[in-house]
Amino acid sequence: MNTLLCIPLLVLMGTLVPLCSTRYSRTACAFLTAALPAIALFLILQMAPAILDGQRFQTAIDWVPSLGLSLAFRLDGLTLLFSLLILGIGLLVILYARYYLSSNDNMGKFYCYLILFMFAMLGVVMSDNLIQIWVFWELTSISSFLLISFWGSKSEARKGARMALTITGAGGLFLLAGLLMLGNVVGTFDLQTVLDSGDIIRAHSTYPIITVLILIGAFTKSAQFPFHFWLPNAMAAPTPVSSYLHSATMVKAGIFLMARFYPSLAGTDLWFLIVSMTGLATFLLGGYLALFQHDLKGLLANSTISHLGLITLLLGMGSDLALVAAIFHIINHATFKASLFMAAGIIDHESGSRDMRQLNGLWKYMPYTATLAMVASSAMAGVPLLNGFLSKEMFFNEALHQDSLGSLSWMVPVLATLGGVFSVAYSTRFVHDVFFNGEPINLPKTPHEPPRYMRVPVEILVALCLLVGIFPSWIVGDLLQSASLSALNGPVPEYSLAIWHGFNIPLLMSVIALLGGLLVYYNRQHLFKFQAQFPTNDPKVLFERAIQQLVGKATWIINFFENGSLQRYLYFLFMFTIVMSAYPLLDLNATAGRRPEIPLDALSITGAVLLSIASLATVVWHRRRMVALLTLSVVGLIVTLAFARFSAPDLALTQLSVEVVTIILLMLALFFLPQKTPKESSPRRVVRDLGISAMIGGIVGTVIYALMTRPLDTISDFFTENSKTGGGGTNVVNVILVDFRGFDTLGEITVLGIAALGIFKLIARMRLYMPSSNEQGRPWSTDSHPLMLSVISQSLLPLALLVSAYIFLRGHNMPGGGFIAGLITSVAIIQQYVAHGVDWIKERLKLDYQIMIGSGIGIAALTGLGSWFFDRPFLTSWFDYFYLPVIGKFELASAMLFDLGVYLTVVGATMLILANLGQLTTSERAVFEEEK
Amino acid sequence: MEGIYAFCVGLMTACGIFLTLRGRTFSVVVGLTLLSYAVNLFLFASGRLKLDAAAVLGVSEDYGDPLPQALVLTAIVIGFAMTAFAVILAMRARADLGNDHVDGRIPQTKEEVRQKSGGQR
Repeated sequence: MNTLLCIPLLVLMGTLVPLCSTRYSRTACAFLTAALPAIALFLILQMAPAILDGQRFQTAIDWVPSLGLSLAFRLDGLTLLFSLLILGIGLLVILYARYYLSSNDNMGKFYCYLILFMFAMLGVVMSDNLIQIWVFWELTSISSFLLISFWGSKSEARKGARMALTITGAGGLFLLAGLLMLGNVVGTFDLQTVLDSGDIIRAHSTYPIITVLILIGAFTKSAQFPFHFWLPNAMAAPTPVSSYLHSATMVKAGIFLMARFYPSLAGTDLWFLIVSMTGLATFLLGGYLALFQHDLKGLLANSTISHLGLITLLLGMGSDLALVAAIFHIINHATFKASLFMAAGIIDHESGSRDMRQLNGLWKYMPYTATLAMVASSAMAGVPLLNGFLSKEMFFNEALHQDSLGSLSWMVPVLATLGGVFSVAYSTRFVHDVFFNGEPINLPKTPHEPPRYMRVPVEILVALCLLVGIFPSWIVGDLLQSASLSALNGPVPEYSLAIWHGFNIPLLMSVIALLGGLLVYYNRQHLFKFQAQFPTNDPKVLFERAIQQLVGKATWIINFFENGSLQRYLYFLFMFTIVMSAYPLLDLNATAGRRPEIPLDALSITGAVLLSIASLATVVWHRRRMVALLTLSVVGLIVTLAFARFSAPDLALTQLSVEVVTIILLMLALFFLPQKTPKESSPRRVVRDLGISAMIGGIVGTVIYALMTRPLDTISDFFTENSKTGGGGTNVVNVILVDFRGFDTLGEITVLGIAALGIFKLIARMRLYMPSSNEQGRPWSTDSHPLMLSVISQSLLPLALLVSAYIFLRGHNMPGGGFIAGLITSVAIIQQYVAHGVDWIKERLKLDYQIMIGSGIGIAALTGLGSWFFDRPFLTSWFDYFYLPVIGKFELASAMLFDLGVYLTVVGATMLILANLGQLTTSERAVFEEEK
Repeated sequence: MEGIYAFCVGLMTACGIFLTLRGRTFSVVVGLTLLSYAVNLFLFASGRLKLDAAAVLGVSEDYGDPLPQALVLTAIVIGFAMTAFAVILAMRARADLGNDHVDGRIPQTKEEVRQKSGGQR
């Protein structure tokens, strides 16, 4: 299996290790957790020499090739640099956390989240596909949420975690939009292709939108102004998390993204303006705010914001050398800031406080830790012989040499120096306030040195600060070179990593920054007083307020649209229908088409008038339900007649039998429902509804009129031509149902069966009050089954069944078929129920309607399957003519078997519904028996 | 002929819609039934109206469009199943909720609301 795929996979498997090993000792758990990431690091180091030579490893497994989605990983210089940071610092953090977490904390859970984050972050930097980058990007947001809220019992941890997730998660959505558009412009989601087509992207009209969307994603993740506020609030996380996520890795994801897409997006004025100005603002604001924090971690968090701003500023400058400087500073910042966070954690852990107003003079108690922290903060301040100095010099140099702001370009180096002044000032404050400046005040614990191995990660990182600072090209020269090579996707400009470049302006700027910083720190009391005049705007409160307002607005909208009233939903639906259907009609010039109309005759007019009166009567008397039902049946009958008049006998037969069944059903239902509808619609509501229904009625009438008066362009000729020869029937309607579109019919009878079974279940446990009298208090007749009716209907049954058999058999060639025959049979059986009652029928007619539905659908499906035995597609029909003495020539067709299935399903479904509902009116009611 | 046909379809649609917008389940079911009549007629008419056309092959050259007819035939049967389902659902709702309002609760009029809040005061 290829090594490249193994690296993220190993780390993914690593998430399970701590959960399994948490039962062993804490040290064992930490070591087992570290094992798999260590192997992954080893694998990367093995590939490192080739990468430093400029090689690039790629691997991909296709997932959905048609959509350009694949599982693709790459390892190039930039990825190598970040992977080393992620895995290397990750391993140190695992060691550190072993001592940091107390025995009350769930170590397995913590490590699991930490490794999950490691996997996500590794995925971001190693992904070779835009969408995949995004998936891992969101995974970092989620795992960081879990880590920040690790101490979930603290309210600030929960709030901080939620804020971080909201900001970075929302930024992630912008990023997704940007990446999708980017992939659309390039035509693929493959990363290398995107990097190679920078010119196409920059020339494209959507370039500004893409850039802004992707940058919002990057800025939210890397805590750039104005999204910077989540980072200080994420400091509620355990310190190993801050050290790992909030200095070395996650906040660098945004920076990584900008560096990664540098060849595709950078190099325009838009890029320069947004990126460098945001960076500059963040650089200054973070530095300024850091100065006023009393919380140790708060100071570090704001200084992180400031340094991230510095890197962003470098990325925005647009010169290749600035990019090299940015990458260099990424390395340096990760080392010194991670070690400073760890040192802050040690101080917090061993003294019980992080407040710099209490922590004073710790030098006496922990000289060793103090030395380490002082070296690291000197690196942060940019003191010579440390790594921070080198990258800061490069930064000053770049600030001096850019001219994109025209005549205002001189401001950039001045402001950069000002930022440098701030970082010296807060670094000095960190060192002086904590380790010197008198004696500690009211500390909960007497401070002392931490356990031996808790210091090891800090020592390693501080050693790196020194080594890089003194032997830069020897330690990181190759790494920086290859990272820049892959970030630029082209040749790397000449640069020098020497410590001494002679007396030049950047050096002067450094000196000014150092002296100025010390001066600012010396006069800090005046600054603190000045700052105290401003009202303190806690971003947490503002954020919570904004979120609550958002939730309030959303609730209001939801309550408006979704207040639980079906009437209101229907109203919205109809209004929407009106808008959507009326709009296209505006384009139709003339309502009437050129097709000549059929002349009117008296019969049709009579029908139309009756229909109109009956429809209106249904509406007018809808509160007297029985009357409404009667007028409704008149409408149904005239519709039936209309079908017959307009040459559709099949429809007329179907409608007639359905009409009978429907009205019986509604009358049965009415028995259990109130007989009258109360008058409760307000006049305004009635007028509104009248308006809506008139509008829709008008639109529907217009559409159908326009349709009917235009010539017909039909596909039915195919059916008409092939009905006899291909389907063996002259009734084209029936042939379409059972043959041409047999598959549709199979679906339809299945729906019918499902509806009937659903109704059966609804009826099964229904507890309804059975009225013993009608609404006027008149009791029901005791003679529920009059003799005349029973006798006549009994003698009618064989005739009715005969008719239905006849209709069924002739269906293929004459009007009729399974649907109609089934309905006629149902009507015949229902008549028996009405005439004799359920008990009488139960003794005589032993039919299980559920089995009938099942066998009906079964027969139809099997008929279809049968054609497979003859190597034909599903539902291919067969027919032939036979000759029998006496009967004569007749036709047999497989479609008839299919129609039998339709017949059985229709009978079963109708009877299942009506017989069960009818049963409720008799002593056969299952419900009340159950209760007794 | 097409004119009055379209008028009837439109009128039935309007009546159906008005009834489905009412607050009690039975009116809604009646409205749905009316609406399904209208929809069936609408679909049927997409094959254009023909008087005295042949229903089966071999009788005459003038033949009604069979495709909309086949569609409407199944639509009628399915429409019945839907009406039945709606009406049984309405009955079940009344059984379980104690009223036959579509929202499952009788909406309070403005006066009732006023009285209630007055009582609390």
